[in-house]
Amino acid sequence: MSSQPQNWEMQQEHSREQRFREFLDSHLEQEMLRFTTAGSVDDGKSTLIGRLLHDTRSIYEDQLASIRASRVNRSGGEVDLSLLTDGLRAEREQGITIDVAYRYFSTARRKFIIADTPGHEQYTRNMATGASTADVAIVLIDAKAFQRAGELLPQSRRHTYIASLLRIPHVVAAINKMDLVDYSAEVFDQVSAEFSELASHLELNSIEVIPVSALSGDNVVERSQRMDWYSGPTLLEYLETAPLALREAADGPLRFPVQLVVRPNAEFRGFAGRVERGEVRPGMRVRALPSNRVTTVKRILTYDGELPAAGFPLSVTLELEDEIDLSRGEMLVAETGSAPHVHSSFRAMVVWMHEQPMNEGRTYLAKHTTRTVRASVRRIRYRVDIQSIGHQQSSQLQMNDIAEVEFTTSLPLFFDAYADNREMGALILIDPVSNATVGAAMIMGAVDEDGQDVSSDEGQSEEQEAALVWLRGLEQEAVELRDRIRQAGRAAVILDDQLIPDESLPAAMRALQLAKVTGISSRSDLSQATLASLRDLAGPRFYTTAEAAATLAHAWTNQEAQP
Amino acid sequence: MTAYKIASEGIAKQLHYKRLNHLQALEAESLHILREAVAEFARPVMLYSIGKDSSVMLRLAQKAFYPGKIPFPLLHIDTSYKFPEMIAFRDEYAKSIGAELIVHRNEAALADGASPWKLGTQNCCAALKTRSLLDALNEGGFDAAFGGARRDEEKSRAKERVYSFRDAAGQWDPKNQRPELWSLYNSRLRKGESIRVFPLSNWTELDIWLYLYAEQIPIVPLYFAEEREAVIRGGMITMVHPGMRLLPSERPEKMMLRMRSLGCMPCSGAIRSHAETLPQIIQELIGFRRSEREGRAIDHDEEGSMELKKREGYF
Repeated sequence: MSSQPQNWEMQQEHSREQRFREFLDSHLEQEMLRFTTAGSVDDGKSTLIGRLLHDTRSIYEDQLASIRASRVNRSGGEVDLSLLTDGLRAEREQGITIDVAYRYFSTARRKFIIADTPGHEQYTRNMATGASTADVAIVLIDAKAFQRAGELLPQSRRHTYIASLLRIPHVVAAINKMDLVDYSAEVFDQVSAEFSELASHLELNSIEVIPVSALSGDNVVERSQRMDWYSGPTLLEYLETAPLALREAADGPLRFPVQLVVRPNAEFRGFAGRVERGEVRPGMRVRALPSNRVTTVKRILTYDGELPAAGFPLSVTLELEDEIDLSRGEMLVAETGSAPHVHSSFRAMVVWMHEQPMNEGRTYLAKHTTRTVRASVRRIRYRVDIQSIGHQQSSQLQMNDIAEVEFTTSLPLFFDAYADNREMGALILIDPVSNATVGAAMIMGAVDEDGQDVSSDEGQSEEQEAALVWLRGLEQEAVELRDRIRQAGRAAVILDDQLIPDESLPAAMRALQLAKVTGISSRSDLSQATLASLRDLAGPRFYTTAEAAATLAHAWTNQEAQP
Repeated sequence: MTAYKIASEGIAKQLHYKRLNHLQALEAESLHILREAVAEFARPVMLYSIGKDSSVMLRLAQKAFYPGKIPFPLLHIDTSYKFPEMIAFRDEYAKSIGAELIVHRNEAALADGASPWKLGTQNCCAALKTRSLLDALNEGGFDAAFGGARRDEEKSRAKERVYSFRDAAGQWDPKNQRPELWSLYNSRLRKGESIRVFPLSNWTELDIWLYLYAEQIPIVPLYFAEEREAVIRGGMITMVHPGMRLLPSERPEKMMLRMRSLGCMPCSGAIRSHAETLPQIIQELIGFRRSEREGRAIDHDEEGSMELKKREGYF
């Protein structure tokens, strides 16, 4: 017996393994891109997604067989690809997508996550949802409808506006149904010109316009033979090369909101969180907010070993050189470089998402990074008319309204403008009674009592003015004192909120101090430890009687009166 | 330079965090979700199904709370129809990583002889999975339950939130879900309400297998091809298992088989395969053009059947 066959088998085995390793290597080079699609019911959006999935061979045979066998076919084509993405019964019955659906496919270069959102008028909130995590937005424009109307439909303007509002880094207009306008370069040029005009008006920095036919597959994955006048990328080529948002988050100073404290034993204390912005390295000097203590990062821990550096979107655990007070809702930031705003008044663009309207004066819960506070609607500056993208007066927001709103929060937030960093400038609004998520807000900047913009440096520099007051059990006096201080033109809040347990009071007070807000509490019993840290924080400006605090308010009133 | 390592024999990758591959990006998102839920819920639990997705979820939990232990118990809903290999794996693995394991059965229904033959697959699932799960969550006072469901598994799951709200009766209302923006999850609940948290929402079946391989995570041996006895029943390859009653016409045959998705013995179909290692499974998967749940009897009872089950509280 010769050893020939055995050798041959081994070689076969070897080359198979080789091929697999190559495959694996290529997969471990694959990046992940998230994109969202916006289009109205008739723009052919579901068909476009079906086409992307189909032509990248992301559809399983049984799924394809099931849509071939389906009684429903609205497409006019051989197979209704839109059925691949319409999930729920109600949708199948009504023939429209009613919610955000997530789809996945991959090519050799990238894994893609699609947030498929409906473009129906009442569903602005869904598009905002899908857009909030996207690197790229595809806005579908129906070429035939454009030709008929002679201009962009209001829905296309609306979708583009929302993409710009949510600051999706890259927006691509897919001019669909080119088959219905005879693949005309002229029609494409007209749509393209109008879209570019709109994009520049909305300050969209990165746009692309691509002529496609989702139904027949032109320029989606395969290059069209029928539009030789077009030399730009196909839709898939564009998606495979668009820059990822995570690279943009790496710029700027460190922001590390603490998610939770990891304490497996008495010797170790680590701070678990996600690096939202900038970069953290061992040996780096960091400042804790709100305590303002500065310390050094000792190690960046992960299950897979220590890291020499970490940035967004990595979730890590930081060990610090010094024992400092730090818990969930607080933040580590770069010692140098621009600090986040520490402020309890800000203005933000709001997308209202609930049937119950938003009213001026109402208070909601606001979740921002890892911090949840109460936020009151001080003023609705204007409502955006979604058709004209102009401003309107309004004291109330209905579902799907977009508006600029001034808020005051019960405790200061540590934030950056949404335009500078998504994670540091985004918050959701929650109804305190029903617990429904009722709105989304993108912070534009800090404002003072009169609604004037405040720069982040002003918020940070002086803190000596704020006092801490504990009026044990004296609720009425606490309210009177707060009003007196406010009359003197200073900010003051009462911190007797169930959201803040006693042991978190010092940290909350500290945050107020940074924001130059006097914190008042009338809680009945505080532990010795809590009292000691309050004293420690405020020094001579810790007051425990209404009289003493009143003297302070009086002094401020006089100061204010001076020229 | 800055590096983040995927540890595995032979495929270790040093990558900059600015250039994460998709597995690292998915992992990062999952860790954030796990931590956020543990920070905000009073009493979370992890639904542990013993399958490959659960294995990945468990590893992610180990990573999220490292160097601490997993700060919640694992809950297995045992229908009594699971493969013996699954039960052995469950007990051994939970012990080896030091996790607390709760096993729950709907004893009343089992005493009544609940089985897919007697009740039909739908009613059997309702009693032994859905009811049992809701009871276990109630009894344990759990306000959040991590589940390994993925959005790519089935059409009705494509719309599922990462935080999926359930009313006091444990029901899901697909038309009334909380909007979910950025990575800001709303964990506020009233008494009796709960949230299902899905850290693997954005993972696909291929991602799961690649991660199992890259991380060298142990899984139940039934996933690997082996010569096993089986019969073809209603178009489904059913492995001969303890308690099985063969029909007169059925002659068990030895075939090279493996499970692509693990469930109850009577309702989980095997596939013909020669994939004996993870790399071979992955190679096979790339060639596959069939979705993984196809082998499961419960999905095909009627069109949209998964959605019906979910409304009632099934995962």
